[in-house]
Amino acid sequence: MMQPGLYHILFISTALFFIGVFGFLTRKNLITILMSVELILNSVNLNFIAFNKYLWPEKLDGLFFTIFIIAIAAAEAAVAIAIIINLYRSHHSIDVDNAEELKY
Amino acid sequence: MSGSTIIFYMLAALTLVSGLFAVGTRQIFRAAIFLLFSLIGVAGLYFWMQYEFIAAVQIVVYVGGITVLIIFSIFLTQQTGEKMPKQKLGRQIFSALAAFCGFALIMLQVYQHTFTFTGSLNLIVDPNVQNIGNQMLGVNNGGYALPFEVVSMLLLAALIGCILIAAPSNSPKRGELPHSNPKSETT
Repeated sequence: MMQPGLYHILFISTALFFIGVFGFLTRKNLITILMSVELILNSVNLNFIAFNKYLWPEKLDGLFFTIFIIAIAAAEAAVAIAIIINLYRSHHSIDVDNAEELKY
Repeated sequence: MSGSTIIFYMLAALTLVSGLFAVGTRQIFRAAIFLLFSLIGVAGLYFWMQYEFIAAVQIVVYVGGITVLIIFSIFLTQQTGEKMPKQKLGRQIFSALAAFCGFALIMLQVYQHTFTFTGSLNLIVDPNVQNIGNQMLGVNNGGYALPFEVVSMLLLAALIGCILIAAPSNSPKRGELPHSNPKSETT
């Protein structure tokens, strides 16, 4: 085994991204879909930090992108959970199959 | 093989295995707990890369905030201990195939590309709190004051939007303000 570097971090972040995509495609419960989106956002953050550390260490731009992504992800999770609670109140279920009024 | 390498592989295994269980388990509360461990693994990777501030932000916001919010909403909307219904096998196979093909494609591209280090090693900016704060609120070239203000407005909008969406909108409550509009009480 060699010393871990940029490629190892990229491997982890790609694997985490596609784990999130797999969850996003297979799940039907809205909360678990939200968890998959969180995994995807985390993999992107990991990518930004790795590129900042290994390729452009004289700037901090990747770090700032990560900070802003974390802030926006927190806002997104809060709004999504508010919508989920409202949906549960009107449909008594949070499966995506049961919210299909706009489908037809 | 040094200790740093061993720690890196342990953190990688923690992140990926917990992530897999988080999308694979059929009990939603366990999925939330595995997501928690996966996020802790990512924070450990930030520590390993010596970006301590980002690791602390990750632990505070994700592990302390978002995961607790998710568990809270699970308790509000779900009967605990009940398993989620099983997915169709064809859908699972198709999703796994799509995810694996995308993974293979991206990794092929990454390993074929050679990333070249273009910076200079003697100009490295230490990612400590002082440098981050100076650049975050700087208005000079390369400062991030304007995005900072935009994000603060976004957080305010999200706050008000959450209250508006999640608050019950039927009959007025007993604790309502006495000076409220009398027309709204009749509706």
